[in-house]
Order: sequence, then C-alpha cells, then structure tokens
Amino acid sequence: MDLANFFIQLLNSVQYGLLLFMLAAGLTLIFGIMGVVNLAHGSFYMLGAYLAWSLSSLLGSLGLAIIVGALLAVAFGFALEWLLFRHFYKRDHLDQVLLTFGLIYIFEELRSIVWGDDVHGVPIPELLSASVPLTENLAYPVYRLFMSGVCIALALGLYGLISKTRLGMKIRAGAFNRDMAESLGINIKLIHAVVFALGVGLAAVAGMIAAPIASVYPNMGAQVLIMCFVVVVIGGIGSVRGALIAALLVGLVDTFGKVLLPQMAGMLIYMLMAAVLLWKPEGLFKQ
Amino acid sequence: MSAQKSNLEILPRGVQVTLALGLVALVAFPFTGTDYYIQMLTRMMIMAIFAMSLDLLQGVTGLVSLGHAAYFGLAGYALAFMMPQGEPASLWWTLPAAVLASGLAALVIGFFVVRTHGIYFIMVTMAFAQMVFYLFFDNRALGGSDGLYINFKPDASVAGWVPFDLDSKRTMYYFTLGAMLVVYVFLRRLLWSPFGRALAGIRVNEHRMRAMGFGTFGYKLAAFTLAGSLAGLAGYLWGTQTGYINPELMGFQMSAHAIMMVILGGMGNFAGAIVGAFAFEYLLHVFKDLPQLGSVNLGKHWQLWMGLFIVLLVTFAPRGLLGLVERFGMGKEKTGGESHHE
Amino acid sequence: MSDVLLSAKNLTKRFGGLAAVNGVSLDLKRNSIHAVIGPNGAGKSTLTHLLSGDLLPTSGTVLLGQRDVTGWRPERISRQGLGRSYQKTNIFLPFSVWENVRLAAQSREPHAARWLRPASSFIAVNARTERAIALSGLKDRQFAMAGTISHGEQRQLEIAMTLATEPQVLLLDEPLAGMGAQEAERMVALLLELKKNHGILLVEHDMDAVFALADQLTVMVNGQVIASGTPAQIRADAGVQAAYLGEDIGVEPA
Repeated sequence: MDLANFFIQLLNSVQYGLLLFMLAAGLTLIFGIMGVVNLAHGSFYMLGAYLAWSLSSLLGSLGLAIIVGALLAVAFGFALEWLLFRHFYKRDHLDQVLLTFGLIYIFEELRSIVWGDDVHGVPIPELLSASVPLTENLAYPVYRLFMSGVCIALALGLYGLISKTRLGMKIRAGAFNRDMAESLGINIKLIHAVVFALGVGLAAVAGMIAAPIASVYPNMGAQVLIMCFVVVVIGGIGSVRGALIAALLVGLVDTFGKVLLPQMAGMLIYMLMAAVLLWKPEGLFKQ
Repeated sequence: MSAQKSNLEILPRGVQVTLALGLVALVAFPFTGTDYYIQMLTRMMIMAIFAMSLDLLQGVTGLVSLGHAAYFGLAGYALAFMMPQGEPASLWWTLPAAVLASGLAALVIGFFVVRTHGIYFIMVTMAFAQMVFYLFFDNRALGGSDGLYINFKPDASVAGWVPFDLDSKRTMYYFTLGAMLVVYVFLRRLLWSPFGRALAGIRVNEHRMRAMGFGTFGYKLAAFTLAGSLAGLAGYLWGTQTGYINPELMGFQMSAHAIMMVILGGMGNFAGAIVGAFAFEYLLHVFKDLPQLGSVNLGKHWQLWMGLFIVLLVTFAPRGLLGLVERFGMGKEKTGGESHHE
Repeated sequence: MSDVLLSAKNLTKRFGGLAAVNGVSLDLKRNSIHAVIGPNGAGKSTLTHLLSGDLLPTSGTVLLGQRDVTGWRPERISRQGLGRSYQKTNIFLPFSVWENVRLAAQSREPHAARWLRPASSFIAVNARTERAIALSGLKDRQFAMAGTISHGEQRQLEIAMTLATEPQVLLLDEPLAGMGAQEAERMVALLLELKKNHGILLVEHDMDAVFALADQLTVMVNGQVIASGTPAQIRADAGVQAAYLGEDIGVEPA
C-alpha cells in the first residue's frame, strides 16, 4: 500500500470513526446517565437519513434540510422521552430491551408507510461535490471531509456543553449522584429529557450527513446499531471520551481490516472487542 | 440490575391441569389435523425448546442474552455440513454432534461474555452473535446470504433396523414432541437441583452468592453453555424439519423473538416458555394474516401490530401470561425456594 | 496452631486522593470477640470489605489463619473459612428464610453443583441449615418469605446465613443495627455463645453491647487506628475519650 492510498484509508477511518462517535456518544450518555438500554437508537439514524432525503428535495438544499431535520429530530426525541422512555428508567434492563425492540418494529413500519420501501439516494450539494487531488490519479472527496468536519464541530460542541456550561455541570452532577443533584434543586427530569433529545438529535444528524454517501434504505439502522454497541462496550459506558477513542479505533480497524484482510474483515471488530473485554471487562474508560 | 423478583416456580394447580390437557391435545392432534397444521405445530414445538433453553439463561439465572439464536442456527449449519449430498447421515451421531457444536460455541463465547454484567452483557452477547451471523453471511463457502439446503432428513436406522422414519410428517411431529417433553422434564429437575437453586440465587443476589463461597462465574458459564446446547437441539430439529438453514436464523431478530416468547409466557418455570412460544407463533400468524381494511393491507404491516403488542405487553403485563394468571388469582401460591416442592 | 485467626497488616485503601482506611493493623484471636468502633465515616465498613475481599486494598496484607489472602476473590476467602454479615441487609428477599439459609449451607457441600437430585434431599445440607436457623432463633419463621419478616428478623437471618457456611472467623458488620432491646439482648447472648468456637470481628455502634461483648477493641477515626486494647484500657484512654466517646456513648463529636 503506497502512501497516498494509506492516507486515503486513514481519512476514511477517521471519517467513519467520527460518524460512529456521533451515534455512540448519544448512546453512551443515555446509558450512563439514565441507565436505559436503547436498541432503537439505529432507528434514529435511519430517521435522519429519510428526513434528509425528503427535506432536501422539499427545501432544495441539503444544508437547510440538516438544520430543519435536526430540530425535528430533537423535538421527536423530547416527545418520545416524555411519552415512553421516562417511565422505563427504573425498570429492568429486560423490559427496556423489549420496549425498544418493539419500537424498532414500529419505526420500521412507520417508515415504510410514510416513505415507502425503495432505496433512495441523496445528491451531494454542488458546493461540496469537488475532490481534493492527492496524487496524479487519486483525489479525496470534499464531502467526506465536510462530514468529518461536522462531526468534529459537534464533538467539540458536546465537549464544551458538558464541561463548560451550567447545563453540562448539571448533567454531570445528575450522572454522578441523582438524589444529591435533585436535593440541590436540579431538575433531573428536564436534564434527562435534554440528554435523551440530544442523543436522538446526534443520531439523526449522523444519518443526515451520511445519507449522500451511504444511501437511504430500509433497515439501515440495524448494522450501525451493532457497531455503535461495540464502540460503547470498548469505550466504557457513560464515557464520551471513551466513545470517541473507541470509535476512532473501530474506524481504523474496520477500514484497514477490509483492505488488508478482506476475508476476516467482518470478524476483526469483534475480535478487538473480545480482546478489550479480556483486559477490561467494563470498557477502557468506564466511569 | 437484579431486581429481587420472585419467579413463579411452583406451578399453580390450575396451570398444571391446563398443561396436562394441552399435552393430551398435542398427542392426539395428528390424528385429526392436516399436514399443514402438523408441520406448523412441529415448528411451534421446536420454538418451545428454543424458548426453554433461553428461559434457563434468562428466567432462572437472570442473564439477558440478545445473541442466543447464534447457537440455534449453528446446530442447523452443523447438520447441513454433516449431511452428505448423496444419502442421509445417521440421526444418532449428527444430533449429538450438532448439539455439541453449539455447546462448544457457547462455551467459547460464554468465556468472554459471562465476565460482563448488566447492560454490557446484553450488548456483548448481541455483538458476538452478530459476529457469527456475518461469518456465515459473508462467506460463500459457508453458504453466504443464501443459506444451505439440507438434502435429507437424518436417518434413524440402527444396524439395519429402522425404528422410525423422519420423512413422515407425523413421525417428525412425535419425535419433536418427545424431545420437547424430555427437555421440559430435564429442566424442571434441574430447576430444583442444587445447581438450579444456585442459579436462582445468582439471579436474585449474585454478590451474596459470592460472599457465601459460590464461584458464580463458573455457574453462569455452565448455564450459558447448557442453554446454548439446548438451543442447538432446537436448531437441529429446525434444520431437519425445514431442510433449509440461513444466517437470519442466527440473527438478532431471532434472538429477540426468543426473548419475547419467554416473557410472553412468563419466566423461570419453563412451562411459560412453552406457552409463550406457542402464543407468539400464533400471534405472528394472526398478524400476518390480517385482512384488507379498505385499501390498506393490514397483514402487510404485521411488524407494526407486533411492535405495538410488544410495547403494550411490556408496559402493562411485564410478567407475561402466567404472571397475569398469578395476579388474577389462581391462588396465592408460594413462589420459589421451598424445601418441599411438587 | 496459632492463636491469631485473622490479621490485617497495615491495610490502606485509597479512593482517588482520599484514604478511607489508612495503615490499619489488627489481630483477631481464636475464641474471642474483637470489636471495631469509631464515628461514622471512620472507615469501619471499608475495613470489613477489605478483609472479606469485596474491595482490593491499595497496600497492606490480610492474613487468614497463616495464609496471605490479600487480593483473593470473596468466594475464595469465604471457602477458606471466613463468613461475613452485612450492615445493609443483603439477603434473598423472594426466597423463604429456610431457602436463604439452605443456599448458604449448600455452598459447603462438596457436590454443590449436582444437576438432577432435588436440592432438598441433601441431608447434610439440611442439617447444617437447621442448626444455623435454630442458633439464630428463626425456627418459627423458617417458611416465611424473607421479604416479609421484620427488620430484626432479617438481621437474624443475616447471621444465620453467615453461620450456615460454618466459618472459623465471623466478620459481623453492625449485627445489632435497628434492633429493639429484646432482640439486641438475644443477639448479644448468641454472640457470647458463638465466641466459644469462633473468632468474631465485630463492627458496632451500640456501646453497651460492645463493652459487654468485646475482649479486644480497636478504635478508628478518619481511617486510622487511634487506640487498641482491652475495654478497660480503651475506656481510660484520653485520646479515645476526646475523639469519640464524649458525653453520650455512641454520639459523634459536634
């Protein structure tokens, strides 16, 4: 593998990893703070992709679609939390598994009813459709760089939110000791709703920005959900930093694995997870 | 995670009577039923074995596995590999071999997975099962996404004598019924054995079990392996019955269906698993066969009804059908842990 | 055979920057009761966790008999002959009292993992269970569900479960907590009876009971041992009086 190819695969790894991070961050926060296992997280990713498809053709611009879509997704997250999830924070994990599995079915069908079962493409916006030349023959798509950029921006925003704002402080306090936080006057219910809606929003935005590259198709949430789980397991529940590092690690292993060891590509990630589990059964950065 | 829940381990009189009647009905059915329904019931009984195997893990030991179907499918694949192209292989060695294959896989994966707890356990079981799924899905040599055909039913002959022929749908039905009964009786005995009591103790309070000197890792691994082996038995029967095996049978959806069967019927006593498997399969049929309402084909959107049903079930009846029975008074029977039992 | 059944040598446990237990040493002699007392937050419970293997010490050693059991898993230490009871009742609520104790007794059964014989048919286990239940005074409640019995009875069950594993060393974390006068009296009598064949390490707040029971006392404040000796010696120790005993026995300094 020559330098240019290596560089391309490296960029792909980072881009894939950052996308996974968007999903995993929401998932790990929801796990870590509310203790809820959510199998339907992949459905939010799918929701984002389908929103991108219909909104971009409706509004004529992908950028606008992402903004509107993000708002819609966050609103949806608030509604879902209020209606269902908040009643399940104290329930058994088994009940949560069942609930969210039922939701997967419901979301799939609703998607089928609203958007149909065909595969769709979302065009890359004119502005971002160029490619950056690397060598005489190889160029790297600007859009993929854009994707990574958006993810990095959101990651920084998340970091800033959690460590530098009052809201973030309250979130951390609530995660650390719920009862204590409540007695200090922190509105735990609101915090939980915000965290949940944030998780949904991040997943949906991930789906939206990925749509031009990954296409929009039924059941697209399932595969990404598994990767997401692997990232959270490796990174440690509740740790956003762990999710980032794990996501990049998974991105690297998966991308280079597919190129260097194609027969074993599918299994490599799980072998990585198994190795981490032997060493640290609760993830690398468990809180 | 362990909510100190009691399981309905001692079955109320009424339930016992109902089960006995059900057994009688099952034995009598082939004399009146059509081939189609005989096959459908055979499949339901296979699912019942699968559900019982999960109940051991989930209901008794408290380990929620989202990857149990991997062991179900693996045995089916083992059968497919062992069945030659030209003539049927013997039942008497392919069955134990397939069950052993599943058990071995469960042992190996269990070794990694059982060291985790709570949410982690759920996620890693799912992840490893997906790994197995992709192993078969991505490899043409293992059948790929199309799966494999099993050309013959296993041959039950022993040194020339043919005790029964699995090609007959009726025979297959009774063979499966027999298997289901053996598994049920075995698991019920296990439930009341020291091993079973220890598993229940682990479910309720693993920390105290360790403080009392129990090596809980070993117990959980044993339960995981045994459950995987029994799932393999079900998978072998499925492969025999349908003649076809594909990666979907190992997937996450299949595992989730198993969880629902166990919950639907009521966990921890194996009778619930049987009831739940039958009820779930029946429900699937009902939803898929829904009629047209105006221009809308209700049956086509069965996933929506199933999803709604699951959400409603978990919200209002989390202990399943037998839980409802218990709640609405088939007598206030003591649950679990008595030294005097059935 | 040595006199010392359990000993801690310079045990320290740090959580981040905080040393919950700091250089604690003590010896538990055979057929005696050694009480560990101190104000809330002194590190007594942490010390118990370190001795039972529930927590890993940052430094120091734990010796059970003559064996170094530092870092051993709780189940291994239990099998070596240490039984502990918990401050926060740690029983099997959905099981009957009998089953709670039977499970504990089963842990000592060499064929504990038998698959097909009913658990209720193991005579030795049943005998051990009956003995432990009788000792702890729960005979008339043995078929009640553990979640339905009174708090005091649950504390008795805690003890019964510890006894059923037939340990040589008993580690009891506030066995009298929340008990009424009569129940406490019964527990004190039981402990004096048990002293004849066991070494008992007792963490307690009830000063009357402590001084009635203990042969040795260790006083902990802020994770450290500030005094150790016989009850008479401790009573007379000025440092202890200042730090802990004060006017009202059992009340922490303002």
